[in-house]
Amino acid sequence: MKKVLTITTALTLLASAAHADLTVMSWGGAYGEAQTNAFVKPFMEKTGVKTVMVDSDNPATPIKAMVESGNVTVDVASVEYADAIRLCDEGILEPIDPASLPAGSDGTAAKDDFLPGAVTECGVSTDIWANIFAYDTTKFTGDNVPKTVADFFDLQKFPGKRGLKKGAKAVLELALMADGVAAKDVYTTLSTPEGVDRAFKKLDTIKKDVVWWEAGAQAPQLLADGEVSMTTAYNGRIFAAAINEGKPFAIVWDGQIYENEMFVIPKGAPNMKDAKDFVAFATSTEGLRSSAEQISYGPARKSALKEPLIFKDGKTEMGPHLPTSPDNMKNALETSSTFWVDHDAELNERFQAWLSQ
Amino acid sequence: MAEPLAAAGNAGAAPAPELLTTADGRPLRAALAKAQTRARRRAFLLVVPLLAFVLLTFLVPIGYMLQRSFQHDGFSSAAPALDAWFAANPKFDPANPPEEAFAALVDDLKRMQADRTTGIAGTRINYTVPGTVSLFKSGARDAETLTPPFKDGLIATNPRWAEPKVWLAMASASHNTTPEFYYVASDYKLTDNGWERGAPNERIYLYLFAKTFLVSGIITCICLILAFPVAHLLATLPMSRASLLMILVLLPFWTSLLVRTSAWIALLQEQGVVNNMLVKIGLVADGNRLAMMYNMTGTIVAMTHVLLPFMILPLYSVMRTIPVSYTRAARSLGATSWTTFRRVYLPQTLPGIAAGSLLVFILAVGYYITPALVGGADGQLISNLISFHMAKSNWSLAAALAGMLLVAILVLYWIYDKLIGIDRLKLG
Repeated sequence: MKKVLTITTALTLLASAAHADLTVMSWGGAYGEAQTNAFVKPFMEKTGVKTVMVDSDNPATPIKAMVESGNVTVDVASVEYADAIRLCDEGILEPIDPASLPAGSDGTAAKDDFLPGAVTECGVSTDIWANIFAYDTTKFTGDNVPKTVADFFDLQKFPGKRGLKKGAKAVLELALMADGVAAKDVYTTLSTPEGVDRAFKKLDTIKKDVVWWEAGAQAPQLLADGEVSMTTAYNGRIFAAAINEGKPFAIVWDGQIYENEMFVIPKGAPNMKDAKDFVAFATSTEGLRSSAEQISYGPARKSALKEPLIFKDGKTEMGPHLPTSPDNMKNALETSSTFWVDHDAELNERFQAWLSQ
Repeated sequence: MAEPLAAAGNAGAAPAPELLTTADGRPLRAALAKAQTRARRRAFLLVVPLLAFVLLTFLVPIGYMLQRSFQHDGFSSAAPALDAWFAANPKFDPANPPEEAFAALVDDLKRMQADRTTGIAGTRINYTVPGTVSLFKSGARDAETLTPPFKDGLIATNPRWAEPKVWLAMASASHNTTPEFYYVASDYKLTDNGWERGAPNERIYLYLFAKTFLVSGIITCICLILAFPVAHLLATLPMSRASLLMILVLLPFWTSLLVRTSAWIALLQEQGVVNNMLVKIGLVADGNRLAMMYNMTGTIVAMTHVLLPFMILPLYSVMRTIPVSYTRAARSLGATSWTTFRRVYLPQTLPGIAAGSLLVFILAVGYYITPALVGGADGQLISNLISFHMAKSNWSLAAALAGMLLVAILVLYWIYDKLIGIDRLKLG
């Protein structure tokens, strides 16, 4: 059985990775492009190690299959925080020694320089991204613009359809925060059956006006098409549409739900040493800064935030667009990976049942 | 060798049938058999690549998937002490497990911590009792410091260790082979009293199975109604005009699925082309635009369009072979056009209808991308949940759901074979 997996995985990746010394797997799109420019190209220039970037819908799924089949062709993968924890617990990932990570540009040791939680046993944060909601600035103007997370659920004051991600994660938290639960109490509330009922009850109030989206690119599209007047989205997608394409979108940071994106090394990676060098290089102060200048996801090192970051267009200052900016952090919730590792399947079944009611 | 045989034949003592021989004197039967074996072997060698391909990329993965749906050794391999205890005490009381059980559990938790298998074991239990990954992780961390009596000690660290359903789940997971994934896939939940039907607001899978089959049936019917006249036109038009029409059928067939789905979104959404037109000509008020996308309507429209060629092509290939003279004969014998159609033409197109319907139905049942993009709240089908569990690495539940889907399809195929006969199927 393992052989079959081995052969199919090998065939899939043979073409792309045949002659590379180091293979990095990420999410493609604007994000993959940003990582190629910020990490892969400079690493190749600096070390001469031939590095290629391959895309996946969610790198966590193929690397698990690879490690289970015993034929690993990817050296470094970009995965969600909860997946970095889960795969590490399942023994799929190589532990990364925090002492091997470079000190910050100001000399602070890595373990003090990284924000809390940004370095785990098997993963190092490459950026911090957020689930936010954004609105169309041509539909709401002047003083009558949505400012708080509760406004997302206020159909009287802010008429129009709402875009929401079709899934339990980040949607139930949003509903609870809009219902008045403080960010710090969200997960304790959501751990009780009453808390879950409360979240669904809040969602009931807008259910008939929701357009559900699934792929990250759909959210800005719905907003641009005028299908919705507000939508939740990944903040980088809205930034790209607003700054790069000049769309009239504005982000509401109140009630943002942020998390780290992690670089991990699958167990049995063919080029272990280069992989570790690559992770250290990419997550250095310079590496994280260069990534944050490509796309509006924040660096997880304090030293990387000391000097202003300028977007690749040469004029837009990134600071106010990052989830980690102090102004944006006033009412923010960090995704609890522990909670979602425990309850993802359960709450999604409930969510799907609720959707079809 | 040939001599005695020929002699026996010539002697003619017994009226045995004369043994035919080849030119070099071998018995014809043996020579033929040999030649046929050789031909068969050559034919087999020709299909070997395909056979190997099908076996490797289709049958083995399906077998592997089915095996996954009832086998999982995540817990049993990580917890040998508890396995042994469960094997020795099959009739323990889950509401009040004895001290030895807890001692075995603590022993296993220590081992899990050392072997780094806490996540695997916890995830396995979490499949049936949500919230236990963190229970096992914290339990494994605390196990080092525990001293007897383990029962009170462990429950003091987390009262969930006393829950009967946790013990029921562990007892069940100590076997490699388990039907549990099929229970979950049938909307059953593990409670303190064993497996019970989930609360109405938690049931989802059986409902989605039913909905998937219903939607696929509707799409098949619509495809048939739309495709029949088109295929007839294609089959009866002169060749030059028919091939132009054929291109119109095939062009969308060759276009990427994603492109076609996105095109439907652009057409049918609230600010889309169709709604804009309706508003412009005054049929619909601007504030009251039709919701044709992100619901079941959108799913059915887009999927019908995507699957239509799979109905047209088999119908066309069958209709082309129906001689016009039959219908002419029926008409000249006094049948009305309706009778001619019903009793002469339609029965002859049955193999095409059957093939097209089967193709469209089976493709629709497994459809995934289109419902995901245009389905909205109520346009979800079972494949979307299978994909969710694949991504969230509950491969066993995904396999159980896929297994149930496979069995349902096979049952339908069997009924189809009984009703219509698979030998009458004509794909082209």
